[in-house]
Amino acid sequence: MKKKLSIGKALLYGILVLYAVITLVPFIWAVSSSFKTLEEIVSGTINFIPRNFTLDNYKQIFLEQELFPRWLLNSLIIGVAGTSLNLLFNSMAGYALARLSFPGRKTLFIIILAVLMIPAQVTMIPNYLILRELGWLNSYQGMIVPAMINATFIFMMRQFFINFPKELEEAAEMDGLSRFGTFFKIVLPLAKPALAAQAIFVFMGFWNDFMRPLIILSDPSMFTLPLGLNTFKGQYISYWNYIMAASMVFTLPVLLLYGFFNRYFIKGISFTGGK
Amino acid sequence: MKKKRTYSKRSLREASQGYSFMAPTIFVLALFIIGPILYAFFLSFHKVQLLGTATYEFVGLSNFTNISDDSRALRALWNTFKYVIIVVPIQTLLALILAATLNAGLKGQSIFRIVYFLPTLTSSAVLTLIFMWMYNQNGLVNEILSIIGLPTYNWMGDPSVALIAIMIMNIWATAPFFMVIYLAALQNIPDSLYEAAELDGANAFKKFIYITVPNLRPVTSFVIIMGLIGTFQLFDQSFIFSGGSGGPDNSTLTVVLLIYQYAFKSLGTMGYAAAIAVMLSIVILGATLLQRKFSKEESLY
Repeated sequence: MKKKLSIGKALLYGILVLYAVITLVPFIWAVSSSFKTLEEIVSGTINFIPRNFTLDNYKQIFLEQELFPRWLLNSLIIGVAGTSLNLLFNSMAGYALARLSFPGRKTLFIIILAVLMIPAQVTMIPNYLILRELGWLNSYQGMIVPAMINATFIFMMRQFFINFPKELEEAAEMDGLSRFGTFFKIVLPLAKPALAAQAIFVFMGFWNDFMRPLIILSDPSMFTLPLGLNTFKGQYISYWNYIMAASMVFTLPVLLLYGFFNRYFIKGISFTGGK
Repeated sequence: MKKKRTYSKRSLREASQGYSFMAPTIFVLALFIIGPILYAFFLSFHKVQLLGTATYEFVGLSNFTNISDDSRALRALWNTFKYVIIVVPIQTLLALILAATLNAGLKGQSIFRIVYFLPTLTSSAVLTLIFMWMYNQNGLVNEILSIIGLPTYNWMGDPSVALIAIMIMNIWATAPFFMVIYLAALQNIPDSLYEAAELDGANAFKKFIYITVPNLRPVTSFVIIMGLIGTFQLFDQSFIFSGGSGGPDNSTLTVVLLIYQYAFKSLGTMGYAAAIAVMLSIVILGATLLQRKFSKEESLY
């Protein structure tokens, strides 16, 4: 009996390790390629440890492609501004839907639930035309404003605030705080865990988005990193050492974010997973 | 009387607070979501010209009827259909197996979880580039295949395997996301069920089939909906893989890539693109609603 159990265990470990290897190999290969020289890249041998370890690729992408720092900056500006606005507006909307009674609240809530089911493709072309009318193509606001709220996270914040103790707000009101004062000084600071989970996902959404920037941004100096990478690939077709180095620079911020906020991450996913 | 007045004043104030809290949301909903949905329907009945100011010419249903005569549209539909039918079941099954294995209470669980999660964190652009590098003619994938004595392929250049290459990549990239969803659900299955089964002499496999799988049914239906929605919308990977063309020989052309091409890369076909987008949205919406109807759980949201 005991032996059988340990065979089962070994099998389970086998599955886990095998899949870990399958997951890791592409990343290790990418990291290793980013430290290789071009000769080693084109030679086509499989060695995960670079023969002539070099940092040149990282230097070159910043020197040769003078727009690379600009793309990084664009991505950061859009990601940070977009995430901040989302945190603020989604929380405000979630709070209003959970706490305040006003005519049309139910309708708005149903609309927000319905929006969750609408695929982005149907609004993609009209949004382009609207942004074109506004003169917002190739602009930060064109990337940020249409995405400064998110139905999923409005819904999440509403659930959060419904379970939030009312007494705190009542006490704050007795102390003479206005509704906005209560919201910003009492409610939001206590919503940090929900905000953290939201922040990671919204930031990742902006940071990794490919289709929206592809449609909205055509001026290379306004590109975000995913678009820049795609351009890069076109320019340096077989320079996979450069392409991999640029990819790694692009991936690092999200990995750091994940490192810091790991536990909120799982929370956020299990929420989007309908919990 | 006086009391009633203060009450209504209070509720008036609360209503105005409600609207100010909702204002940004209402603004974006109206201008960038609801408005555009109506606009999309309008566009789909028109021929749109974008030289200078946009002009619209009403063409009735012809944008919709043209789809069936358009060989590229049919090809894109077929590719997308193949992609959905193959990717959704495999990624769902893989996610379930990984979650169940991770949940078996082995040591080092959290490390495996972190590792598995890497693809979810990485952008589709980066993942596609990494895989393109591995799919290269003398790249890692072919080297490994030839070492273990399997045939090698021209993954990106051969129309018969290019879509399969994207399928493999995306199953690899999305299964871990769904695994986390399964994992959360697994932890909610009461231990007493397993204990009872053990008393009845059930082995691990039987417990998985008769307790785990049925208890996960609502989550599975959620995972399938999300999978369907995601796979129907395949775009980034096809675009980067083929440099925007959907090639080689239209083998990686998906519906969304086709919409993009007709809307933004050729003149005068924006209305037609909108019509395809409307059709796609109806299909996705239909799939979502059907799945919800079949799943016993009333609503997961």
